[in-house]
Amino acid sequence: MIVTLKKEVLDPQGKVVSQTLKNMGYDNITNVRQGKHFDIELNETDKEKAKKAVEEICKKLLSNVVIEDYTINLK
Amino acid sequence: MKSSVIVFPGSNCDRDIAVALEKFQIKNQMIWHNDASLPKSDLVVLPGGFSYGDYLRTGCIASKSKILDDVIKHAKNGGLLLGICNGFQILTETGLLPGVLLRNKKLRFLSKNVFLKVINFNNRFCHNYKKKDTIELPIAHNEGNYFANEKEIKKLEDNDLIAFKYSDKEGNINENTNPNGSSQNIAGILNNKKNILGMMPHPERLIDPLLSGEDGSLMFESLIKS
Repeated sequence: MIVTLKKEVLDPQGKVVSQTLKNMGYDNITNVRQGKHFDIELNETDKEKAKKAVEEICKKLLSNVVIEDYTINLK
Repeated sequence: MKSSVIVFPGSNCDRDIAVALEKFQIKNQMIWHNDASLPKSDLVVLPGGFSYGDYLRTGCIASKSKILDDVIKHAKNGGLLLGICNGFQILTETGLLPGVLLRNKKLRFLSKNVFLKVINFNNRFCHNYKKKDTIELPIAHNEGNYFANEKEIKKLEDNDLIAFKYSDKEGNINENTNPNGSSQNIAGILNNKKNILGMMPHPERLIDPLLSGEDGSLMFESLIKS
């Protein structure tokens, strides 16, 4: 799963990365947002159940819904 | 008056606050985060520091500690709860206070004295500040940039729940007196019942002329008088 700051929340680290890329000559960069990536292994065969469990984990611990969005990719 | 200071792995202002509480004859106990229950207390303090190395998000892991169930119960029953610095971050992560503390706008750790305008005197923590226009307290944080959505900020303003704002010595509040980018220069907020205070500045660090000031003492004197 990937956790990123919501669009309306300032991401100063992303801003610095974006500016640095521009300084390095990557003129076509328009925006960078920094986030977190979690690999979670579950002992669950039912895809729906797994998704539900991970969603709960996202809401309760891995993201703070006040400032962050999350996306889940099941494999 | 009885108090409990909750100690997490990585707390580093726990002994400072204990010294401050004892100086004002508050009978204090240090409570380890993994303890099952909270002793009877009038005041619970979540101290400053870097609980769990700030892993995941500041205050996040601490907010899921065993003792927090009892701390939340204590606060919901009207008991006094003070969160300083990392303690404030823990309070927002538990949801007891709204919003969140983001990284400082300029991405620098800040350690200096700041001036604060006391916005709300009508609570048990601050009524001694009535006679002061502004107070001076130290800040020491990397994530003190208070953020909440517009609706939450409006709620704080409408219900008079902002305790402190960063200002200059004269009490002017503007972008130049905002050290970390906080919304509306917010340095500390209260819950609706005004029994919970979360603040980034450290009152426990200014409790003696030898420490260059006593503006912190006024808060502890407020608490014992109330």
